[in-house]
Amino acid sequence: MIRWILLALAFALIPVLPPFYLTLLNFMAIGAVVTLGLYLLTGLAGMSSFGQAAFMGLAAYTAAITTTRWGWSPWMGLLLALVLCGLAAVVLGSVTVRLKGHYLPLATIAWQMALSILMGNLVSITGGHGGISEIPALSLGPLSLRDPMWFGFLSLGCAVLLAWGCAQLTSSRMGRALRAVRGDGVVAASFGVNLPLVRLQVFVLAALFAGLAGWLHAHFLRFVNPQPFGLEASMRYVIMAVAGGVDRIPGIFLGTGLLTLLGSWLQDLLPVLFGRTAQYEVIAYGLILAGILILAPRGLWPFLEAHLPPRRQILSQGRPLPPPPIPIPRSEVLLEVRELTKNFGGLVAVNGISFVVRRGEVVGLIGPNGAGKTTCFNLITGLYTPTRGEVWFAGHRISGRPPFAVHPLGIARTFQQPHLFGELTVLENVALGTYSRTRSGMLACLVGWDKLRGEEQASMAEAYRALERVGLTHLAQEKAGKLPLAQQRLLEIARALASSPQLLLLDEPAAGLRAREKRELAQLLRRLAEGGTSILIVDHDMDLIMGLVDRVVVMHYGEKLAEGAPEGVQQNPQVLEAYLGVSVEAAG
Amino acid sequence: MDATILGLLIADGITSGVIYGLLAITIVLVFTVTRVLFVPMGELLMYAPLTYALLVDHKLPGSVWLGAAFLAAWGVLDLLRGARRAPLLLFGGAGALLGAGIWAASTGSPILAWAMAVGVVVLMGVATYRVFFEPIPHASVLAYLILSLGLHFVLQGLGLVFFGPEQYRLPPLLPGEVQLGSVPLPKQNFAVYALALAWVLALYGFFSRSLYGKALLACAINRRGARLTGISTREAGRVAFTLASLISALGGMLLAPLTNAAYFMGFIPSLKGFVAAVLGGLVSYPLAAVGALLVGTLEAFSAFYASAYKEALVFAFLLPILFVQSLRTLEIGGGEE
Repeated sequence: MIRWILLALAFALIPVLPPFYLTLLNFMAIGAVVTLGLYLLTGLAGMSSFGQAAFMGLAAYTAAITTTRWGWSPWMGLLLALVLCGLAAVVLGSVTVRLKGHYLPLATIAWQMALSILMGNLVSITGGHGGISEIPALSLGPLSLRDPMWFGFLSLGCAVLLAWGCAQLTSSRMGRALRAVRGDGVVAASFGVNLPLVRLQVFVLAALFAGLAGWLHAHFLRFVNPQPFGLEASMRYVIMAVAGGVDRIPGIFLGTGLLTLLGSWLQDLLPVLFGRTAQYEVIAYGLILAGILILAPRGLWPFLEAHLPPRRQILSQGRPLPPPPIPIPRSEVLLEVRELTKNFGGLVAVNGISFVVRRGEVVGLIGPNGAGKTTCFNLITGLYTPTRGEVWFAGHRISGRPPFAVHPLGIARTFQQPHLFGELTVLENVALGTYSRTRSGMLACLVGWDKLRGEEQASMAEAYRALERVGLTHLAQEKAGKLPLAQQRLLEIARALASSPQLLLLDEPAAGLRAREKRELAQLLRRLAEGGTSILIVDHDMDLIMGLVDRVVVMHYGEKLAEGAPEGVQQNPQVLEAYLGVSVEAAG
Repeated sequence: MDATILGLLIADGITSGVIYGLLAITIVLVFTVTRVLFVPMGELLMYAPLTYALLVDHKLPGSVWLGAAFLAAWGVLDLLRGARRAPLLLFGGAGALLGAGIWAASTGSPILAWAMAVGVVVLMGVATYRVFFEPIPHASVLAYLILSLGLHFVLQGLGLVFFGPEQYRLPPLLPGEVQLGSVPLPKQNFAVYALALAWVLALYGFFSRSLYGKALLACAINRRGARLTGISTREAGRVAFTLASLISALGGMLLAPLTNAAYFMGFIPSLKGFVAAVLGGLVSYPLAAVGALLVGTLEAFSAFYASAYKEALVFAFLLPILFVQSLRTLEIGGGEE
């Protein structure tokens, strides 16, 4: 509510602001368009870029050249500017999205430096450091936007519209996927997120935002030169976003507004105080920035937000997602592992394991610590590529496929150490599980199309239903990071269930659970198996395993030691030796 | 192109490469221990020769005041945390630094000025860590980077206030030239090469062979784990910043006779040092050094063929290198356990 009042106020202020502040407001709005791109890129996906100003520059020069030299309409110029920015971002992004960490900032710095030098030196095209002037003003039909007041409505309108889009994207399947990419790529991939593709998409989207801002800049000032599109400008946009709080939309506006204002005040004020001999404004700017970050390392908005009442999302109880079709009948082989082997250097973690899991069957995978059970899971889900051997699932050969291509076939897993996103609510964590059952793309989510179609509501309803099954609905609104370990394990199971898997891989789900919770877990798993879900479970609690499973596969030092009904395996002398460390005869 | 030009270009490339290399190893050093990408390292590198130039000219440079102010701020922070003895020492140290600065400026002795220049920069480096980075031990890499950028603005702005816009050229430690074939090389070059090589080998040995070096690395990989095994992450950070600013200060003093020094000349080399550091994966000293030589040589040749586009070419060359690296790492990062 407060947000909308502030917003209305901002628009209402436009006609009454003095010209100086009107110009400043336009700069803030244009800046916010750039920093909103950084919200998507850094705030959601955890990638950083120091090349946003270069994309702005590319668009601004495209606008300038197409309108002044080629006589194009500004709107055609916008189209070409966006196409060019998109292409540049695709090239730059595809070089780096597969690399981790610091390569993207590096590649963007390189792109930024190269482009600013070209802007300054290709005099025949860009006019060099003198730039290009007399860019025509925009007009909407009969209304000319030459006046900063009218332009303010356009630029602020763009910023607000994009902010709304960013909010839509945040609370969508793609928003969850992006945050999962930032938090833990392994989990994201295990739930069907194609990491490099999603990274590339968000990088391109952020570049398009910067392109729009550059186009606005060119038609607002009606003059372009290289200076506002240099590395320092790129750094300032990152600074604005981080100082305000890069993972919060209000923080983006706060940071952009505050630092734009600050920069302008310092530029006017300090020369009056200290004289014009040096750049005191730069010193003050740097000191204030350092102060902000020491006071609030996550940015100003999260710092302020701690004093505001928490926002509750409305629990969706609508119609859940349609259940996926079941392709093969009961008691058919669903998963087949053939001669599976994995070497890590000289260590053979898994050595020639073969077993099958049939539809509706519960199979226990047991063995002492270090036997290779988790490695088996990682091989089945595609996190590791097997050294030898094959994995087949429902008629598809899945070994060699990446995790995001394995999961949608109907395999979901939990992790031995819960891999949750502590900053997201319990419900949002579970909703990540519905990623591969939903379709809306990045742009559809940005414009809210997923919510219009009801897909997002269905996802949340499905997530809520999965929470119900593990008995955690009372915690749906809590941050997942606050949950104790036992509940985090249940949450992991709920997330896997939300993907409606045909095969559920559970890695020590009962560790840390109390006796009553274990009984409830066993009941839940039995119900799932009766409903046709196959389960492959690793656990050290033999009472749970033996009471639950149809069959046990025993692993020892990476090899299959025994396989069979629980009763038989319990009497197997080799198994006893592996577990108790003595041969039965010797102990006998 | 004849052999002389080729030789000159290569020599030129190696000299710039060594600057970037020194900055790259300081960036790697600080980053691996503290997760801080310390952008203002280039400013620290410039502060040393500029401080020296003013001192031998019988002027007291502002950098001495700044160093004293940083020490005093450190003292105040310790006082706020309830320490008793350390603040007194720090305030005393700030006073002593000022006194020494005034003495050095009044005598104008080159040896005193040399010692002061290096000392001020090292104190400033470690105090920067104590005052700005230690108070926020759990911030993200990005937050540290932005903080670094803020400090870069501050130090560059102050550099103009302290030293003015002029470029200074210091007298070389080793005057004279050596004729290598048809290429004349200043003897000073060899001093710089030797220093850089010594640092690279020393750091490589320190971090891969010595227990203390490994303890420092542990702080970067897992702070909590390091603390549980009895390693002080604060102390490790201070050691890293001290060493890094020492490398910068000595590097700056040896390089200034070859390349001039001015307040604004630190940032771009820092950036190229970062490029070299990343080419070395931000962990390896020898690879960072090789990356730096590559960047320096590329730059010398692009300057010869298209001087206006020198920087553009250097950065454009990065993209194919990154592309090759991206082809090599196709797997999705790491696994479990």
